[in-house]
Amino acid sequence: MCTYTTVKDTIDGSAKGPDSSWFRATDITVYFDHPFHAMAEHTLNIDVTDPAKGPSARVALELTAESARKLVAAIQTALDAVPAEIQGLTA
Amino acid sequence: MSTPPLADLTATTLTITGHNGDEIEAYSARPHGDARRGGVVVIHHMPGYDRETKEIVRHFAELGHDAICPNLYSREAPDSSPDDAAAVARAQGGVPDDRFVGDVAGAAAWLRALPTSNGKVGTIGYCSGGRQSVLAGCHLDVDAVVDCYGAFVTGTVPTDFPLKVTNLVDQLPGLTAPVLGLFGAQDKFPSPEQVEELDAILTKQGTPHEFHSYEGAGHAFFAVNRPSYNVAAAIDGWERIAAFYGTHLAG
Repeated sequence: MCTYTTVKDTIDGSAKGPDSSWFRATDITVYFDHPFHAMAEHTLNIDVTDPAKGPSARVALELTAESARKLVAAIQTALDAVPAEIQGLTA
Repeated sequence: MSTPPLADLTATTLTITGHNGDEIEAYSARPHGDARRGGVVVIHHMPGYDRETKEIVRHFAELGHDAICPNLYSREAPDSSPDDAAAVARAQGGVPDDRFVGDVAGAAAWLRALPTSNGKVGTIGYCSGGRQSVLAGCHLDVDAVVDCYGAFVTGTVPTDFPLKVTNLVDQLPGLTAPVLGLFGAQDKFPSPEQVEELDAILTKQGTPHEFHSYEGAGHAFFAVNRPSYNVAAAIDGWERIAAFYGTHLAG
């Protein structure tokens, strides 16, 4: 199936991408659709990009739904383990 | 007239004039020899203008057709890898329908200008390209349309979809060329109900068509590099495509 569903947002951080080079990451695109490489019919796909640097400034993830949920949980656990002030958030 | 060995062909990347006069990249494959033949516009799936799609273009040349696949992401991501280009196109909302139709019009004109052309042109697309193949048939002078499991030709598109996709129901009256539809019975997009709806609309408006739904096949059963590949459905499908174009692109 083609879900066409695409979620976008802006971010601030860095990603290590093509040619083992770091780039400043400004955008994310998240969608559940056919993967390009993963051996599953559908995957949760994440593109971390800097559109200003061109199409190749992209780190791509294609995760099974179960794996994507594990990633979400791991991120949440890691964030929850530190005080809000260290995260740069206002308490 | 020379008669080269079966399947001798030349494939190359070139530039054609697309929508609004834009120069866009395309991949073509042409049989050797000077026999008159019909042309095929191959519409790539959403993951892009990739190796497997180019194999399909060469497959049509092996079947005896001049074939071309425009890179629908030429503008967003020229000279990029297919996956990166597809990611950019998706992030920008997908390919607008009017621009797509203009690009296919350019590809069809390129085919008809070939010295080997018999004037006939067909379209074929897979997945999102299946919908686009029908879309092209609604608006362009083409002689045969193949829709391989295109979603949202009929049915309802959720209102929160960020991509610029609508169903084609209000445009289907423009579709007069014969249509071959190949679907997976286990597919959900398009679902068997949506395929039945399209079947009923084409019957009612008198558009010649033949549909085949393969039991045991889901979406993307032609995709040779994906787990969804279904040998039986793909082989039967290719045979039906060859017969369909053999009939409707002859002359």
